[in-house]
Amino acid sequence: MRLFFLGLLFTFFSIFTAVSQTSPLQESIKRGSEIYTDFCMQCHLSTGLGQEDIYPPLAKSDYLMTNREASIRGIKFGQQGEMVVNGKTYNNIMSPLGLTDDEVADVMNYITNSWGNTNDKMVTIEEVSKIKK
Amino acid sequence: MKQYLVLLSVILYSYVSYAQPYATKILAEDPVNLNYTAELVIPDLNVPWGMAFLPDGSMLITERTGELYHFKNGMKTSVEGVPDVYVRGQGGLMDIELHPDYPNNGWIYFSYSSPEGEGEGGNTAIMRAKLSDNMLVDKQLLYKAVPNTKKGQHWGSRIEFDNDGYLYFSIGERGEGSYNAQDITRDGGKIYRLKDDGSIPKDNPFITVTNAKKAIFSYGHRNPQGLVKNPETGEIWEHEHGPMGGDEINIIHKGKNYGWQVISYGLNYDGTKFTDITKKEGMEQPVFYWVPSIAPCGMIFVTSDKYPDWKGNLLVCSLKFKYLERLVIEDNKVVKREKLFGDLQGGKFRNVRQGPDGYIYFAVEGKGIYKIIPKNN
Repeated sequence: MRLFFLGLLFTFFSIFTAVSQTSPLQESIKRGSEIYTDFCMQCHLSTGLGQEDIYPPLAKSDYLMTNREASIRGIKFGQQGEMVVNGKTYNNIMSPLGLTDDEVADVMNYITNSWGNTNDKMVTIEEVSKIKK
Repeated sequence: MKQYLVLLSVILYSYVSYAQPYATKILAEDPVNLNYTAELVIPDLNVPWGMAFLPDGSMLITERTGELYHFKNGMKTSVEGVPDVYVRGQGGLMDIELHPDYPNNGWIYFSYSSPEGEGEGGNTAIMRAKLSDNMLVDKQLLYKAVPNTKKGQHWGSRIEFDNDGYLYFSIGERGEGSYNAQDITRDGGKIYRLKDDGSIPKDNPFITVTNAKKAIFSYGHRNPQGLVKNPETGEIWEHEHGPMGGDEINIIHKGKNYGWQVISYGLNYDGTKFTDITKKEGMEQPVFYWVPSIAPCGMIFVTSDKYPDWKGNLLVCSLKFKYLERLVIEDNKVVKREKLFGDLQGGKFRNVRQGPDGYIYFAVEGKGIYKIIPKNN
């Protein structure tokens, strides 16, 4: 019985530490949400839905979730021309944002883990730094 | 039944997301009869922000990323000596304007995101310089907003002179509307007024207020990217970006408070309200507001004889909808809106100017500078 309580206590303790300790990914997502507010939200909105026919959605976006490298490149250097997102063609210009590599990684981690998007493989500074124009 | 539920949820959803209680009543129409065409006269530009016409008919053009071009005889030449520009978010090298007496004194004024001073990041700066052998010389920093911040938004930028030769410029609240825009001891969210040499006019409204930024002329602005003298009245007209909805046109009066972010016709980007009020005593009402937003950037009053049916109208660039909006004004009220040249397949419409040749020019991102030409020319 005593062993049982001890076990229970241990279990609670483990859960508690797991919850209170935030992972590097969670930290990055948190920083990324601030970058998102300052640099992305005016067009893509806080819902990640974008604006019909003008700014493509990020929420449940097939482009974002299957074109990891191109998405990073777009955020890092800007993006121009036609792109197909969830079957719809967009033709607009996102001019260079002037973000540093760590900020690009953070905002990628945020947008690929928000509004129903999930991404287990964390985007790192190293990965961003290797992506060229 | 299922269809009803779907319909209901769509209605509810659109209401929650995009409910705009103060939708603009006058809608932008397509022109019934457009007597003009737009011709691309300066191609290959990315984000052309500012345009200034030199007396010899050539043009100075700024690119947001920090290049200054001199366009002359069909050739685009890079001008050297541009100061260090902090290209971040919506910022960079922005507006450019000539002194009203440029032929005699040669002064060129421009605004840019500057990393100068203490702290990481940057803030908006106003500089004047002269052009000599394709080089900016005699550079004088006239104003630099503080503190520096790494935020990417709301730099303002537009520069204008009034009939008395005073220099006006706009600086946005740098993403800190809650404490910059209403505080006259802080930079940002303001229209400023200086003498042409950067000194502060003695009759500026807050000259005697302790700790106030003495250059401030009006406050309570969000991000003004349009500033133009009304050629008939001499007053300075301004437009600014609201949040989601609530872009405004204002007439700038000395010492007045334009209300951001206490009053607004716009919503947060998630569709929630950040204020319940649109009016308050002691705060100015706009001449006009856009709901939904068009994201205005750059405006002029048409005075040229080349566009007889547009005379006295405002032309405003829309970043969002990528068109030029024509607004017919009667007694300081907008009575008609029209959308022009929305079919150019370019990016944001960034700026519009009327040249000394009487033609109107506008800048489109990813394309270049267009000239508006009468069809029966």
